[in-house]
Amino acid sequence: MNAPAPALGLTMSVEPQHAHEARSASALSGFWLFMMSDLILFGLVFATYVTMLMPASFALGPGPKAIFELPGAALETAVLLTSTFTFAMASLAIKYERGRREVVAWLLVTLALGLTFLSLEVSEFARMLAAGDRPQRSGFLSAFFGLVPLHGLHVFAGSVWLVLMLIEIARSGLSDSVRSRLARLALFWHFLDLIWVGIFSVVYLGGRA
Amino acid sequence: MSAPGTPAAGGYRRERQAYLRGFVLAALLTAVPFIMEGTGGSSRTTLLWVIGGFGITQILVHVRYFLHVDLSPERREELALLVFSAALLALMIAGMLWILYNMYVRMM
Repeated sequence: MNAPAPALGLTMSVEPQHAHEARSASALSGFWLFMMSDLILFGLVFATYVTMLMPASFALGPGPKAIFELPGAALETAVLLTSTFTFAMASLAIKYERGRREVVAWLLVTLALGLTFLSLEVSEFARMLAAGDRPQRSGFLSAFFGLVPLHGLHVFAGSVWLVLMLIEIARSGLSDSVRSRLARLALFWHFLDLIWVGIFSVVYLGGRA
Repeated sequence: MSAPGTPAAGGYRRERQAYLRGFVLAALLTAVPFIMEGTGGSSRTTLLWVIGGFGITQILVHVRYFLHVDLSPERREELALLVFSAALLALMIAGMLWILYNMYVRMM
């Protein structure tokens, strides 16, 4: 057994590492590998989107200036950024043993913000589709509907995962398994907000500039 | 539940402060380009530089404060993973844009 290592960052306990924590740490490293491959996927979909920003790719259809609205994007950004902060508070509540009630409260706030984000996004897509701006309209719109809903799908998956975690907490409390899984979900959730920074910069702000 | 004044409570306050700092920094880095774009008045070039610069800075803030990856030896593995992935991504994106832009120019 190695010398006890101090637990830093997103580990869910300040105590020195035990066997189950070492296992949890290695699971977290594996999750990092998954996230980096996901990052490559997002990066290439971003690059595809950028190649579709030439006017020829609009196929006489609308360009970014015509379809993106700044207030909607700002609201989505604010909601997602706040949710990443509330998840961080949930992580701290677990790490410092502040009780199940506080953990569940922060997780519920995070879930509510995640679902708010998704409903804002879905209504934005619905507005675009109703106006005839469908993916098959132009290369630009195909690329848009490839990129932004891909992120939305990730947020949806994260929300489902969060619901499953809330069920597990209700059934077995803040067990080692819950702590370990929540550490990975926290990483995933923060990672999605990082991807969103790229989306609002490149797609919304860059597109309207 | 830890009593106030214990080392654990101090750690909690410190980590909460760090998260708050990250959150406020990220909010500011988001607000500036949104406001500049919303109010107009800046040239397109200025705007694109500001959006790019603030975006990249905000990504670094997220990595530092929310993903907890910094330059400390304990975080070296994640840092190596991030830097390597970013380098791969930069090669692939730059190569793709270069080739496709060339084809675009030749075809137009």
